[in-house]
Amino acid sequence: MTIQRYIMGFALSLALTLVAYFLVIDNAAHPLILVILGILAITQLAVQLMYFLHLGDEVGPRLKQLSFWFMALILIIVVVGSIWIMNNLNERMMHFSPAEKTKFMLTEYDKGF
Amino acid sequence: MIIDWGFLLGRLSLDALPDNIVTVLGALGGLFGVLLIVGLLTVTRRWSWLWKTWITSLDPKKIGVMYLVVAGIMLLRGLADVVMMRVQQALFATNGAGPIDADMFQQVFSAHGTIMIFFVAMGIIFGLINLIVPLQIGARDVAFPLLNSISFWLFFAGMALMNVSLAVGEFSTAGWLAYPPLSGLEYSPGTGVDYWIWALQIAGIGSLLSGVNFLVTIFTMRRKGMTPMKMPIFVWSVIGSMLLVVFAFPILTATLGMLTLDRTIETHFFTSDLGGNPMMYVNLIWAWGHPEVYILALPAFGVFSEIVPVFSRKRLFGYTSMVWALMAIAVLSFTVWLHHFFTMGAGANVNAFFGIMTMIIAIPTGVKVFNWLFTMFRGRISFKTPMLWFMGFITTFTIGGVTGVLLAVPGIDFQVHNSLFLVAHFHNMIIGGVVFGAFAALAYWWPKLTGFRLHEGLGVAAFWSWLVGFVLAFGPLYILGLMGAARRLDHYDASLGWQGLFVVAGVGVMIILLGVFFQVLQLAYSIWKRDELRVGTDPWDGRTLEWSTSTPIAEYNFAALDAVEQRDAFWAMKSSHVREEATKFSDIRIPKNSGFGPGIAAVAFVGAFAVIWYMWWLAAVALVVTIVLAICAGMREDVERTITAEQVAAIEKKLWRTRRA
Amino acid sequence: MSVQEEALEEKRLLSKTSVGFWLYLMTDCLLFATLFATFAVLRDATAGGPAGRDIYEMPLVLAETLILLTSSFACGLALIAMTQKNIRQVLIGLGVTFVLGATFLFIEVSEFTKLISEGHGPQTSAFLSAFFTLVGTHGLHVFIGLLWLSVLAYTIWRRGITSKLTRQLTLFGLFWHFLDLIWIFVFTVVYMMGVVR
Repeated sequence: MTIQRYIMGFALSLALTLVAYFLVIDNAAHPLILVILGILAITQLAVQLMYFLHLGDEVGPRLKQLSFWFMALILIIVVVGSIWIMNNLNERMMHFSPAEKTKFMLTEYDKGF
Repeated sequence: MIIDWGFLLGRLSLDALPDNIVTVLGALGGLFGVLLIVGLLTVTRRWSWLWKTWITSLDPKKIGVMYLVVAGIMLLRGLADVVMMRVQQALFATNGAGPIDADMFQQVFSAHGTIMIFFVAMGIIFGLINLIVPLQIGARDVAFPLLNSISFWLFFAGMALMNVSLAVGEFSTAGWLAYPPLSGLEYSPGTGVDYWIWALQIAGIGSLLSGVNFLVTIFTMRRKGMTPMKMPIFVWSVIGSMLLVVFAFPILTATLGMLTLDRTIETHFFTSDLGGNPMMYVNLIWAWGHPEVYILALPAFGVFSEIVPVFSRKRLFGYTSMVWALMAIAVLSFTVWLHHFFTMGAGANVNAFFGIMTMIIAIPTGVKVFNWLFTMFRGRISFKTPMLWFMGFITTFTIGGVTGVLLAVPGIDFQVHNSLFLVAHFHNMIIGGVVFGAFAALAYWWPKLTGFRLHEGLGVAAFWSWLVGFVLAFGPLYILGLMGAARRLDHYDASLGWQGLFVVAGVGVMIILLGVFFQVLQLAYSIWKRDELRVGTDPWDGRTLEWSTSTPIAEYNFAALDAVEQRDAFWAMKSSHVREEATKFSDIRIPKNSGFGPGIAAVAFVGAFAVIWYMWWLAAVALVVTIVLAICAGMREDVERTITAEQVAAIEKKLWRTRRA
Repeated sequence: MSVQEEALEEKRLLSKTSVGFWLYLMTDCLLFATLFATFAVLRDATAGGPAGRDIYEMPLVLAETLILLTSSFACGLALIAMTQKNIRQVLIGLGVTFVLGATFLFIEVSEFTKLISEGHGPQTSAFLSAFFTLVGTHGLHVFIGLLWLSVLAYTIWRRGITSKLTRQLTLFGLFWHFLDLIWIFVFTVVYMMGVVR
């Protein structure tokens, strides 16, 4: 945990934030902008994990790293899965009015488990 | 100037008291029970004893016992709900009359599901973990003793909230998972769903904290030399289960939080109008709900994996594959949640994916079943009660698994969803798996914790009653479900000719009740005749560390912390004859009692009650007190006391002498 | 107990609590993940109300981001000062962290009140419900962090840096860095991707 590493992390995060910000402000309509934003965010995540949260420095059993990766796996499953399922449902159910939606869901409620 | 003090009570008024005869009886019964206990404690002057030795105790063994007591009482309440439902269906089903009207029937099945999952099954699991895990890993305590107490008391507060709804207000009519928009403000304006939300939220946060606590305990406090692949298999199953708790319960917390916002400040997450999406709730609640099933099942697998080798007098077959199967189930259980709502409208691709994932999860489970069978193969099996429960488990659970794989096929699910077939399936898994596992564990570890066995004959009688009752109670439901009987109905048309099967199911429930009667009798009789049933420290010829310590167990669990060299550590010690009673002792530090657990839980209870009844001032007070309590808990100093080496020596001498006598 | 044993015990305690706290942070990640997933699903459900790009004030959001990032950095400096037992620097570092954190929170609250006063409250549409809840939950965490920070700073000022405070400060550092980490995704997913056309 040295001051150099903190400064390094700070500078990198600062740069990544500003790059993302001005990219969006200037090129909000670029087709690849979402992908680029995602990559920048994940890079900054990695930077802060390493330089601020010291994730790579663990000695002995790497419990933090292990639990982090396990969490990341579950997180991706739940988030990507939810978005996939919900988009699919939305696509197929788009014609529903609120009243129809209510009626559908009230019959749906019995089906749990 | 006249001030309207009405705001002090929010929406609470005399109307909140029950008016239905069944609810009144239930509430009065509960009240009577509480008054009886309070009276007994006052007459025998046990209040300070209760406070000092139980309520404020941070000893995981005592916390474990408290979990089991609460779970046991809640099991009785959940069973009372069952009896009401089945009596209603068996006797009054033809014309829809009977003691329970449709609204009440809905409250009863909602309460049944909620209680059985959250306050019985979860209570049993956490009770067992508290009792057994520190002993099996050869530790003196859990990682965070105070947090453990807070977890238990939050569980207790949730349970209390759930039961208060019987007397003050009403319970949810929206089923155990409260799908919106039915559970939204528009269709459930009463307090029922709020009771449900807050009971679950509080108990759920308790479970989450417990999950963190036990993972850290297992990760960092194992006996020296106990590498991961030398841990007892029950501990591995607890790791799997607690990983699921830690990673699934936040989803529940967030989802319930959003439902709360929908109901209190009228946001639009799960409403039908203004862009809200009730299907998202169903999606999220099952992203938690499916792992929850395995949170309950994995420790039960662990229990059986301990019992089968001991009663077959062989080492566990395929330990490594067992560990991998547990971990595979843990991960896979996060990839199947859509199978709970195949029929909600997702396309063929989505349904097929989740259907296949569901079938894949049967593979590691199958590995476990074969491992147990191969452990028994050519073993010298003694069919004591724990082993009988295992035999009951393996048959019912396999049937449940097979029907589960059937349901995993979307095409079949479209036919039998929302029917009693499904009800039969999941009771097959939860009763056959979790409940039988809990009873096996109780029979198995009881002598370790108390120093005497449970009466064998009554245990066998209880087992057979449960097994026969189970088959009779749920067999007919499979048939009815296939014929198209929808679930959650208080009566069915007489012309369908289903009455006979409902009567059979009702008889099955009565036989299960007979089993419960035998169990209560068994406990009472065994405690009464405890001197005749007294056993040594290691009555079953056990293999793991918990059997190596004295009985009753000292509050510090182990006087000496010798390194472990092998899996089945105690078995290895016994067979190499290196086991000696420790003679040299050192000081042991254990945590002091603390009232923070019950305190924080009491505040949580009051705060939740205030929010349910819209007493906002009281909720604000509770919030401030919570913050103050949290700060005080963080600033605690001097939290441990020391038992000196001489005291340890004296205690050990006394404990081991009791054993020999 | 000898000094050596005491030090060993302390080290064990630190590793135990930091692993425990780390696991808590992992659970918090999933709590946020749930809110993020909900936000992603309800993002376009504006129900006739404003969409993200109509209400976000991007320069303010950038300011928030930079403030929180600097606050995280200051907190790191306080942690380094702690290992050198320099109470004055620890307190200065924590002070800067607090002021920046409070500024962040102030901007967020004024953004919220402005939106609500313009009639774009969380009751307006599913999108705004999800927006307020996700950003607000992060804000709530920051608020709790500030409370914790003040209690810690006060006790350090009164008692100096004890082993227990070292432990708690380490945990606080994890918490504060973690909040910055979550904010990266709030910044990216809620705001930046919200103004993309």
